[in-house]
Amino acid sequence: MLRYILGRLLSLSLSLIVASLVIFTVIEVIPGDPAAFMLGLNADEATVQALRADLGLDGSKAERYLAWIAGMIQGDFGTSYTYRVPVAELVADRLWVSLPLAVLSLILSTVIAFPVGLLAAANRGRAADYGIMGGTQLGIAIPNFWFGMLLVLVFAVNLRWFSAGGFPGWEEPLLALKSLLLPSVALALPQAAILARVMRSALIETLAQDYMRTARAKGLSRRQALLRHALRNALIPVLTIIGLQFSFLLAGAIIIENVFFLPGLGRLIFQGITQRDLVVVESVTMLLVFAVIVVTFLVDIAYAIADPRLRRRA
Amino acid sequence: MSRLPVPLILGAVLSSVFLAMALLSFVWTPHDVEQLVISQRLQPASAEFLLGTDQFGRDLLSMLMVGARVSLAVALVAVGIGVIIGVPLGLAAAATRGSLLDEVIMRGNDLIFAFPSLVIAILITAVFGPSAFNAILAIGIFNIPVFARVARGGALSLWTLDYILAARVAGKGKARISAEHILPNIANLLIVQATIQFSLGILAEAALSYVGLSVQPPTPSWGRMLSDAQTMIYTHPMLAVLPGLAIVLMVLGLNLMGDGLRDMLDPRLRRVRQ
Amino acid sequence: MIEVDRLSLDIHGTPILRDVSFAMEPGKTFGLVGESGSGKSMTALALMQLLPDGSRTSGRASLDGIDLLDRPEAEMCTLRGNQLGMIFQEPMTALNPVRTIGDQVAETLRIHGAASRSDALDVARQKLDRVGLPQIALDRYPHELSGGQRQRVCIATAIALRPRLLIADEPTTALDVTTQAQILDLLRGLVDEEDMALLLITHDLAVVADMADHVAVMKTGEIVEQGATRDVLSQQRHAYTRALFEASHHRPGRTPRPAGAPLLTGQAIDRHYPGPRIGLLRRGDAIHAVNDVSLTLKEGESLGLVGESGCGKSTLTRAILGLDPIQGGEIRALGNAISPAMPHAMRAGIQVVFQDPYGSFNPRWTVEHLVAEPYHLLPAKPSRAEQKAEVAKALEAVGLQAADMDKYPHEFSGGQRQRIAIARALITHPKILVLDEAVSALDVRVRAQILDLLADLQDRMGLSYLFISHDLTVVRAITDRVMVMQAGQIVEEGPTDTVFATPEHPYTQALLAAAPRLPDYARKD
Repeated sequence: MLRYILGRLLSLSLSLIVASLVIFTVIEVIPGDPAAFMLGLNADEATVQALRADLGLDGSKAERYLAWIAGMIQGDFGTSYTYRVPVAELVADRLWVSLPLAVLSLILSTVIAFPVGLLAAANRGRAADYGIMGGTQLGIAIPNFWFGMLLVLVFAVNLRWFSAGGFPGWEEPLLALKSLLLPSVALALPQAAILARVMRSALIETLAQDYMRTARAKGLSRRQALLRHALRNALIPVLTIIGLQFSFLLAGAIIIENVFFLPGLGRLIFQGITQRDLVVVESVTMLLVFAVIVVTFLVDIAYAIADPRLRRRA
Repeated sequence: MSRLPVPLILGAVLSSVFLAMALLSFVWTPHDVEQLVISQRLQPASAEFLLGTDQFGRDLLSMLMVGARVSLAVALVAVGIGVIIGVPLGLAAAATRGSLLDEVIMRGNDLIFAFPSLVIAILITAVFGPSAFNAILAIGIFNIPVFARVARGGALSLWTLDYILAARVAGKGKARISAEHILPNIANLLIVQATIQFSLGILAEAALSYVGLSVQPPTPSWGRMLSDAQTMIYTHPMLAVLPGLAIVLMVLGLNLMGDGLRDMLDPRLRRVRQ
Repeated sequence: MIEVDRLSLDIHGTPILRDVSFAMEPGKTFGLVGESGSGKSMTALALMQLLPDGSRTSGRASLDGIDLLDRPEAEMCTLRGNQLGMIFQEPMTALNPVRTIGDQVAETLRIHGAASRSDALDVARQKLDRVGLPQIALDRYPHELSGGQRQRVCIATAIALRPRLLIADEPTTALDVTTQAQILDLLRGLVDEEDMALLLITHDLAVVADMADHVAVMKTGEIVEQGATRDVLSQQRHAYTRALFEASHHRPGRTPRPAGAPLLTGQAIDRHYPGPRIGLLRRGDAIHAVNDVSLTLKEGESLGLVGESGCGKSTLTRAILGLDPIQGGEIRALGNAISPAMPHAMRAGIQVVFQDPYGSFNPRWTVEHLVAEPYHLLPAKPSRAEQKAEVAKALEAVGLQAADMDKYPHEFSGGQRQRIAIARALITHPKILVLDEAVSALDVRVRAQILDLLADLQDRMGLSYLFISHDLTVVRAITDRVMVMQAGQIVEEGPTDTVFATPEHPYTQALLAAAPRLPDYARKD
């Protein structure tokens, strides 16, 4: 098990290195002179020179890359050109909106999908199954941000149960959670539809395995066999999807912040793009990719817990 | 194959309606979508404007038709990128199973999964500015590992079969076997996956154009219509409801078609795998 | 104690079983024998009431006076695992891979409320000891065990509550002969000790002869003959029983002729491959699959290669076919060295027939296209008309018709597909034909026909055969000389009759002793 974890850690660090190289190349190498790019066409040479010095663009590309990485490891994400404050500061506030939103949605989606998928698999080919499959088919087709708008329309505009958007800050935890509730429902339901379908088909595939027949021959009822033998085996493909969903949810969170006017990473990054603030864009994308890679690592560990066959392999 | 499954028919009909709308928009739309006529703003549905107009006086139906064109084109090209690059990679990985090449391809795939298409779009936009091309590239790159995985998985199960060994005994190389024996037998899997990615591409394009990272004005797109409608949601909710409904129906149609195709093709797939 | 009376079954309206009747007693073994599709497994599943959806049964099947066929599902759950135990053919997949074996044996006790959690584990320990696994800890997972060990675990779960009836559905078909003998011994011991009835389902007459007190022969859903094993086997009253017996020890007529010059020679062949990849750059230890093997195949000769699974015979076969490189020694054929890079003309001289009649053909190709595939090896591909003529000739040579070339493989039975595979192998007129378990997946009567065909082709075309098989009976029937392979090495080699009559190496002796044989009273020749 230890060897397995070490192996996964190695692959995690490798992914991080390659990902950082890709981001660095796109942001700092492809545009040619980032300073000139950030200032636009009308900037005079002196200002460009000043910004270049500011950003530490005078060194070689390799030096700049290493400095960027070293800085990030110490929590220094550079200084925003437009805000004139450290990017780490900008990110810290906004991360506490986007991350809870993504995590809350992930929990919500999993909590909804598991029983629904189980119910459908247990009633395969019956009315409940068809109903659930039809419902999830619709759920998959709904764009989450549009679903968010519909929720605003119903619960904020018509019923007035929620405010239409905004975020009060974590000083008031209950209000903060309440303001994240509609956006996370909007994010979670379409994902829950996908997860429930995966859950159902993984369970059905497991039900056809030989060991399910063995279980029935031992005297387990259909329901007992499903819960005791099929569920844990079906978990393995389901975990893969949960891992992938985190990255979708993180991306979705960034988009849905626009619907609910939440001050999260999405707002920061879109402002960064319109203002050509490459320092912000570079660091925030790296942070997003970092989060996804770490979650992939956690899913790999969860795999090994669910499946003893993986533990011996490094 | 004597009886087509109901979802397949339903899905095909739904998809064809949107495809027809998109194609028709090339030659004719009820109104010009790029012309702003403020005097006609926010008209209710009428004989002249079947679905009404938006706050700039543009005909909603015409915009939906042109939007369908954008959606379909972006998603289609993105699927094309995924298939053309991803499938050969997956076949090569399977043909050299366990080799360094396989390992590199698969790790590379895992890495792309760490860049959700939104992140790719953000990176490209930051450097090149927003455009439809940007959306195509962002969604297309993300499709590559999806098709590579499906192709590799399907191919691996075939490589263990005796007819592949027989082809090798007949002197055929791995590339030739991949093309002659493997590809035709995983085509079903790929077709089903393509319909799934196609519908995901439409959703992704809508999301990207909603945040302004895809096609730029004055060309209308479903996602942009939604973001324009957001401020009007209190007074004119239909402006937000209609484009969303278009997305849902289009995606639903494609998904139903994909499911139907899978049902229809699966018995044969199962026999191949045995 | 168990009485099955006019049991009939149909699934979605298709009749599967018709008027099956038999009776079983405690402490006795009842053998149910028949070819694939004869309904023997369905009979067992009907007793367990584990039939597929859409099944309808009629008749009676009573256990101690309780009719199993009309019990409600809840009551069947209390009977299964408790009064009725069952084990299956595929031990590799019959256990849940994510739960420990102790847990899975104990579950039988827990589910029936027969023991508390810790008591159940104690009983599981005793049962695993009883089935011959005292050295295996309860917290091991199935993937850490061999096939034979896993089948023992399955037996332990099935007998944990000392059922009245144990059903064993082809319990040893997936196992090697030495393991098969041990598992059969274990079952025999359990029947005596626990005084339970054993319903043994098998396609193998020798296993039935060895194990069963009573036997029933099934054909297309009906029992055609039953009685005391010795009576049924020695008298063979029914034509079908007779046909089965004849086929199972069938030896095709072969024209004896002196072997010619060596065609294929292997000198000190070594084949090892890198271990499984661990991470990006490291690999596990190398696996030595073939170790210092030498062999000679002479012109017109039939050479057998026998060994159990994992002995390296498949790896050796792939090396001989020039599919994989060898790391030491040399293989030469028809005057040149064999390697993955060998010229096409050489490949055309060595062709192969594989085991699996279902996986051997691309399902999307017509038979003509399939049979003609090795034409790729010829310097100039024949014209379409020539190809059609040649394929027609090849199909006719293997007992099919020229018109079959326009069909697809799924339109043929297993035996016919093996004929197509032979036609494909012969299309380039090779000198050497490698037969890799080529008849192992076939029912006995079809197997006998294919063996006849092979003998006939050899006589007519002067072919040399390398015949690889785990099945000693088949090797004995068709080969002149035989090599016995164990753990990557040839341990014994000699004329087939001599090796079978007076084996010298202890491993060969063990193999021959373990292989079930039809008793002499059942032989009519």
